[in-house]
Amino acid sequence: MSDSQELIKIQNLYKVFGRKPNAFMDKVRAGISKDELLTQHDHTLGLKDINLTINKGEIFVIMGLSGSGKSTLIRHFNRLIDPTEGQILVDGEDVMSLGKKALEQFRRHKMSMVFQRFGLMPHRTVIDNVAYGLSVQGVPRKERREKAATWLETVGLKGYEEQYPSQLSGGQQQRVGLARALCTDAEILLMDEAFSALDPLIRSEMQDQLIELQAGLHKTIVFITHDLDEALRLGDRIAILKDGELVQVGKPEDILLHPATDYVEAFVKDVNRARALTVETVMQPPLNRITAETICGALEQMKKLPESYGYYVNEDGYQGVVLQETLEQAYEEDADARMCIKVVEPLAAVSCDAVLETVIPDTLETDYHLPVVDEDGGLHGELSRSAVVEVLGTPHRAA
Amino acid sequence: MAEKSWLQDFPQMDRGDLIGIRKTLDGAYRSFSREFGDTIEAFFDPLLRFLVWFEQLLLQSPWWLVLGAITAMVWLASRSWKLTTGITLAMVAIGYFGMWDNTMRTLSMITVCTVMAIILGIPIGIFMARSDRVQSTVTPILDVMQTMPAFVYLIPVVMLLGIGKVPGLIAVIIYAIPPVIRLTNLGIRLVDKEVLEAASAYGASSTQRLFGVQLPLAMPTIMAGINQTIMMALAMVVIASMIGVKGLGQPVLKSITNQYFTLGLLNGLAIVALAIMFDRVSQAWAKRSQKHLGGTGHV
Repeated sequence: MSDSQELIKIQNLYKVFGRKPNAFMDKVRAGISKDELLTQHDHTLGLKDINLTINKGEIFVIMGLSGSGKSTLIRHFNRLIDPTEGQILVDGEDVMSLGKKALEQFRRHKMSMVFQRFGLMPHRTVIDNVAYGLSVQGVPRKERREKAATWLETVGLKGYEEQYPSQLSGGQQQRVGLARALCTDAEILLMDEAFSALDPLIRSEMQDQLIELQAGLHKTIVFITHDLDEALRLGDRIAILKDGELVQVGKPEDILLHPATDYVEAFVKDVNRARALTVETVMQPPLNRITAETICGALEQMKKLPESYGYYVNEDGYQGVVLQETLEQAYEEDADARMCIKVVEPLAAVSCDAVLETVIPDTLETDYHLPVVDEDGGLHGELSRSAVVEVLGTPHRAA
Repeated sequence: MAEKSWLQDFPQMDRGDLIGIRKTLDGAYRSFSREFGDTIEAFFDPLLRFLVWFEQLLLQSPWWLVLGAITAMVWLASRSWKLTTGITLAMVAIGYFGMWDNTMRTLSMITVCTVMAIILGIPIGIFMARSDRVQSTVTPILDVMQTMPAFVYLIPVVMLLGIGKVPGLIAVIIYAIPPVIRLTNLGIRLVDKEVLEAASAYGASSTQRLFGVQLPLAMPTIMAGINQTIMMALAMVVIASMIGVKGLGQPVLKSITNQYFTLGLLNGLAIVALAIMFDRVSQAWAKRSQKHLGGTGHV
């Protein structure tokens, strides 16, 4: 991740709730447990020693069960909650040093937020809700309504402008919430369990829409969820939070394939891996590659291969599969002939971005390893049935 | 007087001391009202002039014009033919039974009292909602205002300002203002935390939060408070007539002292008619203007 630019950096963040949080900071640093602090001192440990960096343009998912502190954490990014101790840097700016006015400006232009229960204003029409951020900024009415109208159209709610939020369904209300967040053009989007209140079908629709929007907008999105499937689906990186502490931060496949603790392992146990993993994370490097231009050269290459077949690749990329048998026959006919389509059998390749679930039938239909191609059509790897079976079997901790 | 044990009778303070205290306090208040009475009266002078102007406006205008204006206002606020017809008929009956002038006086008094109670009450309610300390100071004062018999605070008001419209107005406001204060406070405190949080997250200043979110969302509750305030002001009309407030209260007072049952009943019914008018109209208007506020959480 060294090549991408840091946008949000959180360092040594602590949050203790109670009457005198500072009095117990020493004990917290010394490692007092959440339960002890609550029963003995009547203070609640919200967050403990959080260190995070979030890069520009990524979807960063913070995941945890209820009470793990994830909603508390996201509210530190725009200081809806002030930390007991610690540093929050956004784009190099120390958010903790901002005064009241500067903080308002920061919230108006830098970040916008989507809420679990939508947080829409029931007394404003849909379009005025979307334009709320701009009205706070003092943008003239006509201008902000025009902009809001385009965003409403983007989220698919054209025609609902003059309705009130109570007239919309939950999914539609959250689309309004999303449009409101996008309407301010803030660089960072905070989404606090944004889809959790929606029913599963609408939720996955909204996830699709978010992914689609993100492809065009390249916002930095901090997404909170308690749903691991959602986290794996949306997240470029995932942080797992337990009892106010970060347990693991990593790419979805790291979390899935190398859980750091028993807690994470228990978490990922029930995940549908076939749906969460892509071909790329499971495939092996392409060993059986035939690149020679002549039959003779191809046979030479073939003999070094572990299998009795190979994938023929020329300058146009992957072409198909070549069997040793066919090559030997062709060799007897004309050893120096150039490789041609005659000897190459077509075999559909799978894309490296494909979800594992979608390629399972293909692995069952053929006896060969499945060739995996990248976007340009070049051979990227190969996928064996046994590799798929291994990954989909019982999860095991990395040593 | 036989010697009694303090176990049988409550140990009392010396009678002479008590008289002393009363004399000192009464004297101090009397000299205070002599000293500042004129200044305070001058302070309330603009209010008195407004009150008189409004009363004269209702009294001097031709009755049909006032009746037309009332009908129009009821219709605009409620958009209900039934209510409008009912109110108009009631007003016609009031006029026919010879209570028109007194009703106009009471109407102007109630209107000015309500406006004053709103102007004073809503800001106090807002301050209460913003700070727990203010709330814990103001609440007991409101309790006293609501439970203290009205006659008791009529005394100092009359001592200070004499008999007339302004002391009546002050007495009515003291009696009627607590609901609007209480319910403004409650309404603001009950505003959905997530909506308020959303406003903060988009960088709304505290003024923007107050006028853009808190007050609009608290409006149904505040309207209920205003409604209560109007009802209490009407209830106070009879008592206020004891210190010279003209209107429907005076005939009622006369009926009590002279045992005129019918006169009392008719004027009482006129007060009821006014109450129903204020209540139904304000509620219908509130309901109509806030119909979209309900049920935001449904999925």
